[in-house]
Amino acid sequence: MTETNNIPGLLAKHGFEAVIGLEIHVELSTLSKMFCDSAVTFGEPPNTHVCPVCLGLPGTLPVVNRKAVDYCALIGLALGCEIADFTQFHRKNYFYPDMPKNYQISQFDLPLCSAGRVTVNVDDNKTDIRITRVHMEEDTGKLVHIGEGGRIAGAKYSLVDFNRAGTPLAEIVSEPDIRSSGEARAFLQKLRSILLHLGVSDCNMEEGSLRCDANVSLRPENSPKLGVKTEVKNMNSFRGLVRALDYEIVRQLELIQDGEAVKQETRHWDAARNITTSLRSKEEAHDYRYFADPDLVPLKLSREWVKKQEESLPELPDARQKRLISAFKVSEYDSRFLTQSKAHGDYFEQVMENFGDAKMAVNWIMGELSAHLNADNKEMAESPMQPERLAQLLTLVEDGSISGKMAKEVFSEMYETGKTAPEIVDDRGLKQISGDDELAVLVDQVIGENQTAVEEYRSGKKQALGFLVGQIMRLSKGQANPGKVNEILREKL
Amino acid sequence: MSISKEEVEHIALLARLELSETEKELFARQLDQILEHAGKIEELDTKGVEPTAHALPVVNVFREDKVGKELDLEAALANAPDREDDSFGVPKI
Ligand SMILES: [Zn+2]
Repeated sequence: MTETNNIPGLLAKHGFEAVIGLEIHVELSTLSKMFCDSAVTFGEPPNTHVCPVCLGLPGTLPVVNRKAVDYCALIGLALGCEIADFTQFHRKNYFYPDMPKNYQISQFDLPLCSAGRVTVNVDDNKTDIRITRVHMEEDTGKLVHIGEGGRIAGAKYSLVDFNRAGTPLAEIVSEPDIRSSGEARAFLQKLRSILLHLGVSDCNMEEGSLRCDANVSLRPENSPKLGVKTEVKNMNSFRGLVRALDYEIVRQLELIQDGEAVKQETRHWDAARNITTSLRSKEEAHDYRYFADPDLVPLKLSREWVKKQEESLPELPDARQKRLISAFKVSEYDSRFLTQSKAHGDYFEQVMENFGDAKMAVNWIMGELSAHLNADNKEMAESPMQPERLAQLLTLVEDGSISGKMAKEVFSEMYETGKTAPEIVDDRGLKQISGDDELAVLVDQVIGENQTAVEEYRSGKKQALGFLVGQIMRLSKGQANPGKVNEILREKL
Repeated sequence: MSISKEEVEHIALLARLELSETEKELFARQLDQILEHAGKIEELDTKGVEPTAHALPVVNVFREDKVGKELDLEAALANAPDREDDSFGVPKI
């Protein structure tokens, strides 16, 4: 993360600041597409979920998916946007082979949602990022470039799969209120968490259901004027976003220092090479010739409908964070960890239904569980370890049946095998010895065998106690409860 | 209003049309006439008139979020100008 912290400092040293706005495309998890009843799918054989509408065949008529409008409105409401009384679809005209109609149905001057804001927390500073708009559109097909490592440059020809064409998208556009890659990351994370709480998208960045483009420019610090911006595309992970923005900021700073001009252009983030490259289009200024789609009638949205959507909003991350802090006394930091996705909070709350120590529960979810899931490349929602099972394990630690150290081993085995904690503890004879009588026998034996150490302790050498405890732990094969051993040993000495 | 040759060239490029010099001049003139004709509307006083969003006096046409019949692969690819395996083939970009 040093890379995120360095860059604002570097900029400040030269009297500049970065001005960043994000455009985020979210694939909505409806069953069917935006304007036809083909299925929304991922990873299916090419061109198996298409119909005349999403193939752009002549004579077809698009019809709006009601659920997609509901979802887009929910996103707008969750981001504090106003929902339009009247909204309409426009055609965005351009030629690209992943779009069979040669236009994309999108929204232009009358988007469904506008003027919202998201509060993000970076290094304990709260910043508001304004949301310009959230509008509805359709996704394009998928292109595979054949030849030279799948890149556009050097490709001999391309293959098109239209399964994705027509998938409902919400496009979220922020104002250029972001000043660093760290803020951009926090903003995107917050947005993702909100979307996951809403349940309107799976937000899987690797699979492209959450995609992020950025507008980046530099300007003299505190200047109201904006510099020339570049648009950076293709950042398909949080890490990619941070690195691409940092790269682009430094690239622009170096240009300015060398007395060169930043060119207004679209740049492509190349994650393999860690650079942005110019998308060698012939600076043919965007001229999309938007016009109202005559195939689609406008939407008039009653205030009752908006109210109904508002009432169906689930608990959102900010509210949940507050509730977790007051109900479970978790820290601000922990509450942010627990609200990064709906699944994180749900997992924690389910553990807490069967367990009392919130701090301990958070530590295990943040530590062991997250480490195992990361290693497995799994999301919290896909955890093979059920929260009730984790609660059971933690209870064994809390009541002294097993040590914290052993619990980690038990955890790994539970995660791998799906066995319960008591099963594993029984099978492996791991149960901690906590009974006073049992422990007393061990303590007596060690005292008898280590008279020198005992004498040393009695004559004031306190470190001899540690040696004796170590001997008892060894004798018990690590199963003695160390706290209790200490207690009993002191008593006997 | 007067449409220049450059504007015709720009519009032709956006529409992926290849025009001869004679056509460019002809279309510049014709586009001019069309725009002039449409410009007549601007002479009207439209203060207080709601913009027309659609020719039909209809709003809110929705479908429910249900999956219907899809094309089978062969039908989907039947009109493909070029095909490789189960994908549409297109020239490089
Ligand atoms: Zn379709």
